[in-house]
Amino acid sequence: MSTRILELRRDILNQNDETARALRARFRAADVLALNLVSSPGTGKTAFLEKTLRELVERGVPVAALVGDLETDNDARRLAASGAPVRQINTHGRCHLEAAWVESHLDGWSLSDLDYLFVENVGNLVCPSSYDLGEAVRVVLLSVTEGEDKPLKYPGMFNSSDVAVITKWDLAGPCEFDEAAARANIEAVRPGLRVLATSAKTGFGMDEWLAFLAERRRLGPDFLSAAARSSEPM
Amino acid sequence: MHELSIAHSLVELALPVVERAGAPRVREVRIAVGALAGVSVDSLLFCYDIAARSTLLEGSRLVVREVPLVIHCAVCERDVELPGPLQFRCPVCETPSGDIRQGRELYIEGLEVDVEEEVVPGGASANPEERAL
Repeated sequence: MSTRILELRRDILNQNDETARALRARFRAADVLALNLVSSPGTGKTAFLEKTLRELVERGVPVAALVGDLETDNDARRLAASGAPVRQINTHGRCHLEAAWVESHLDGWSLSDLDYLFVENVGNLVCPSSYDLGEAVRVVLLSVTEGEDKPLKYPGMFNSSDVAVITKWDLAGPCEFDEAAARANIEAVRPGLRVLATSAKTGFGMDEWLAFLAERRRLGPDFLSAAARSSEPM
Repeated sequence: MHELSIAHSLVELALPVVERAGAPRVREVRIAVGALAGVSVDSLLFCYDIAARSTLLEGSRLVVREVPLVIHCAVCERDVELPGPLQFRCPVCETPSGDIRQGRELYIEGLEVDVEEEVVPGGASANPEERAL
C-alpha cells in the first residue's frame, strides 16, 4: 500500500450551478426576467409578492410565480388569487430551493409569453445564498420589524443580492425603525446595493419597485446578477 | 442547515474519483471553503460523517481550508484581504468596494488515498510522494 494525493478542483455545488446556468440561458432566450426573492421567515415576502402580482396583472403584464414552502400550499393559494399562474414547490423540510426543482416546475409554462417570473424562496437568510436558481435578479427583503442589523448578521445573503427591499414600511414609525442605520449596514456589507422602502399594505414604494423591475427588464441579458457572477465560470 | 445537502454533493463528487483510482481506502478529503460561501464548517464536518457512512469514504477525514475574503481596491490598485464579511471597505484607505476577488469558494481540492503498490518491473515500488493529477 502507498499513499497518494489525487488533486482535483471541482465545485461542490457544480450540479446545481450547471442547472442554474441552463435555466439562465433559457430565461434569456425567452426574454423573461427571473427574480429570486429571499428573506427571513415572517418578513412579508408573500404579501409583497401578492401585491406585486396584483399590480402587474392589473397593468396587463404577463407574470408567473413559483413559491417554495416547507410543507403547505397556503402561500400558493394566496398568490393565485392575484390571477397570475402560480405553482408551489414543496421542499418537504429542506431549507432552500435548488435549481433542479425550479426547472421541474416550469413544465407546461410558455416562458416566452411571460415578462416576469418570480421565485419565492424558503424563508431563510443562510442556506438559499449558496444556491443559484438561474435568476437575473436576487431580491433580499427585510422588514422594519426585524431590526436594522440584519445585514450584519447575514452578510452572505445581502452580498449576493442585486437589490434590497425593506417591507412593512407602514410600521416603521411604531417600530422606531432607524432607516439611516439600516441603509448604512446594507452599504457596509454590499457597497452600492440599491435599497427600496415598501409597504404591501398601503402601496407605499410599489411604483418605485415596479419601475425598478421595468428598468431591469430593459437592461436585458447583458446584465449579470451577483449570483450568476459567482457561479458562472470566470 | 443545508450542510447535509452539501456533504451529500461532496460525497457524490468524490466517489467516482476514488473508484477510478481503484483506491481501497480514503484517508482525507480536502476542500476549500470561502468566508462568503455560506457554509458552517462545524456543521459540515458533522454532516460529512453522516453522508460518508456506508460508502468508500466512510472513516475518511474531511480537511477544510478556510479561504479569507479578498476584495480589489480601485484606489490602492491592489487586492486586499478583509478580516471578515462585515465591512466591505479597503482596510488601508477605507474606500468601499464590493469587487470580491476571493471568498466564495466551495470546492474539492484533493483526496488522500491508499492505493495498491504498483508492480513495477525490476521491483521498485511506487513513490509514496507521487502526486497524480
